[in-house]
Amino acid sequence: MTPLVRIEDLSIALPGGADRPYAVEKLSLTLAPGEIVCVVGESGSGKSMTASALMGLLPTSLPVRGGRIMLGERNILGLSEDELRAIRGPEIGMIFQEPMTALNPLRTAGDQIAEMFRAHTKLSKQEIGARALKLLDEVGIPEPASAYRAYPHELSGGQRQRVMIAMALALEPKILIADEPTTALDVTIQAQILTLIRDIQRRTGMAVLFITHDFGVVAEIADRVMVMQHGRVVESGTVGDVLNDPKADYTRALIAAVPSITPPPPRVLPNKTIATVRDLSKTYRTGGGWFGRQRRVTYAVKAVDIDLPSRATLGIVGESGSGKSTLARCIVRLLDPDHGTIELDGVDFGKLGGETLRRHRHLVQMVFQDPYASLNPRRTAGDLVSQGLVARGVKQDKALARAKELFTLVGLDPSATDRLPHQFSGGQRQRIGLARALALEPKILVADEAVSALDVSVQAQVLQLLVELRDRLSLSMIFITHDLRVAAQICDRIAIMQRGEVVEHGVTAEIFAAPKHPYTQKLLSAVPGRVNAVEMSR
Amino acid sequence: MKALRHFLFSPAAVLGLLLLIGIVGLAIFADLLYPRDPLALAGRPLQWPSLGGRFLLGTDASGRDIAAQIAHGARTTLLMGMVSTLIAIAIGIVVGALAGFYGGMTDDALMRMTEAFQTLPNFILLLVLVVVVGSNMTAVTIAIGAVSWPAVARLTRAEFLTLRNREFVQACRTLGLTNRWIIFREVLPNALAPIIVYGSVVMATAILLESALAFLDLSDPNIASWGNLIGQGRKVLRSEWYVSAIPGVAILLTILSVSLVGQGLNDALNPRLRGR
Repeated sequence: MTPLVRIEDLSIALPGGADRPYAVEKLSLTLAPGEIVCVVGESGSGKSMTASALMGLLPTSLPVRGGRIMLGERNILGLSEDELRAIRGPEIGMIFQEPMTALNPLRTAGDQIAEMFRAHTKLSKQEIGARALKLLDEVGIPEPASAYRAYPHELSGGQRQRVMIAMALALEPKILIADEPTTALDVTIQAQILTLIRDIQRRTGMAVLFITHDFGVVAEIADRVMVMQHGRVVESGTVGDVLNDPKADYTRALIAAVPSITPPPPRVLPNKTIATVRDLSKTYRTGGGWFGRQRRVTYAVKAVDIDLPSRATLGIVGESGSGKSTLARCIVRLLDPDHGTIELDGVDFGKLGGETLRRHRHLVQMVFQDPYASLNPRRTAGDLVSQGLVARGVKQDKALARAKELFTLVGLDPSATDRLPHQFSGGQRQRIGLARALALEPKILVADEAVSALDVSVQAQVLQLLVELRDRLSLSMIFITHDLRVAAQICDRIAIMQRGEVVEHGVTAEIFAAPKHPYTQKLLSAVPGRVNAVEMSR
Repeated sequence: MKALRHFLFSPAAVLGLLLLIGIVGLAIFADLLYPRDPLALAGRPLQWPSLGGRFLLGTDASGRDIAAQIAHGARTTLLMGMVSTLIAIAIGIVVGALAGFYGGMTDDALMRMTEAFQTLPNFILLLVLVVVVGSNMTAVTIAIGAVSWPAVARLTRAEFLTLRNREFVQACRTLGLTNRWIIFREVLPNALAPIIVYGSVVMATAILLESALAFLDLSDPNIASWGNLIGQGRKVLRSEWYVSAIPGVAILLTILSVSLVGQGLNDALNPRLRGR
């Protein structure tokens, strides 16, 4: 079949001072009708740049240095802004990663879909309304008529992404570019969106260029795969070939770094409990005030009981809004629980307050999710790690010496303590966060989505480090995650949370082998790439 | 360092900086240039400015050298502007930081107080203060500082509100750092850039407030200041307009330089606005 798009030897330059001369180097790619091509790579591999180039959306700071992008007989790179506008929408549709920021918050979903028709067609108002409504129905939004009138914030994440897809499909483009469209979504929603894209693609026979970092998603949706690293294509082929028989070392390493969904056999744990949480509840109250609307009460955590065996890792797994982060923040007392007890290492931690609480803070430490937001950008790495000790009365020079030891412990260069956070990579920053948490020699470490923001290969290294340190320092760990693959590999026990409640808990291997609660079953079956090449290739 | 380079590449900011350096130089070397008391009688009153004459900028209605008053007045004006700005920023930071960091009742109480100050016109409040505490330069400086802080407090509070829930602040709390440490050593340095920039606005306003007071003969009459000179010139405005116009231009240039430097700092310190 003749390809719809041919990218030939595309090179895009990076501004001077970057770590490499090209964002994308000598990239060639064809896209035929009716196929889904996945471009896979870690952050900075140039995969999103490729998509932007195809839409003619490259920022002026990144000029094209060579190659062509042929859409039929036209070279997209040579088109004017007006000609590009005529292509975007009718010929190429695009969906983005974050549907909340890609939609205009002040206009209704239906209005934004209708905008596509208003801009590109001469249909009447009634016809446009009817078409937009039909699209909403096609992308599987429940109650399309009320979704038509809803503002983006009134829709859930999955519904917003469906609206985006409806917009991209409005003018029946022959090509759909999807840039990480499911990365910001929960697994169960992700599964639905992937199925939806698959269905629509089959029905309309369009070509899909799907950008992702997740090999599970690749296995789920791709016909052909292209693996990118540092702007170059390291491997491409059919999904079966690449996943089952990867040729390039990099591809092999990437696939190996995807954690398996099958947990290892359970470890023998000491029969001692280090942390006990009983009947913990936390409620958020919003609104109210003197003239405000009715107060809204959200039960973020509802009567949760958990036990953490000494030296074990307890996974708390759930989707967004399940209350898992609130629970973690209550345990480390960043939030005050409304109700319930928290006992850590024999201390009634939940009842402490003021100065006593501050003195007992060292018992439990936290590693945060975002390696960029969790380090004060104006303090050196050494300061960040040593300040907890300084606050407890340790002399400055001694604390800094200890910080250097901790740097070695977490696998960082101890001479880097005088650098600022922005001089480290994401994985290195997460190691600094870990060193900071370990500085006070905690008994319990709470990791809140500590590896979620990292690339899969870096993620594997940090997970490895966490396990090593847990065993070496006799730590007990509470590991908050939405990623069942990670949970399977690192947690001895897990507790599944849904809407503030623990619906199922127990030994990880047992739960993964035979989930009892329907929600657990649903979560497990939604994990992408579960029954396919990624698992088969092990 | 990147911020400094960015600053030096902006022509407006460099112009402002050169102007400001000139005015500061004038203030520093006032004693060398005009060693005599600027308020002493120097010659025949109301001589027009002349390039070759004895008085470069002429004399005022009492026969005092205007050039000497401008040079010495620069000292008064800059010092007064700087000190009152520091006072306003100090009060504003403390009020804003406490309100933004603690939130809840503290925030409500402090912000209602700030609003009470804001709803009164600055100048009226200043007049009342000066009438109550007297009109020597120290009192005027403190009074100007005391009426200029509410906007600084609001700005600081807004910065603290966005920063206090950042993960790095939470990390500090789990480390058991005291609130005082977190406020002043962790959050404040991250909130400081816009406050410093706003300082230039406060300083410009402070200089104007002082001139307005002097114009109404309510500032310290025993010190050479630009405002006093304008006040002197008021009586002869129709015939010898230069008596008021010369210090007026000096004030204009000072405020312009401070604003340009402030704007340059804003562009340099606020990376989000770069490249616009």
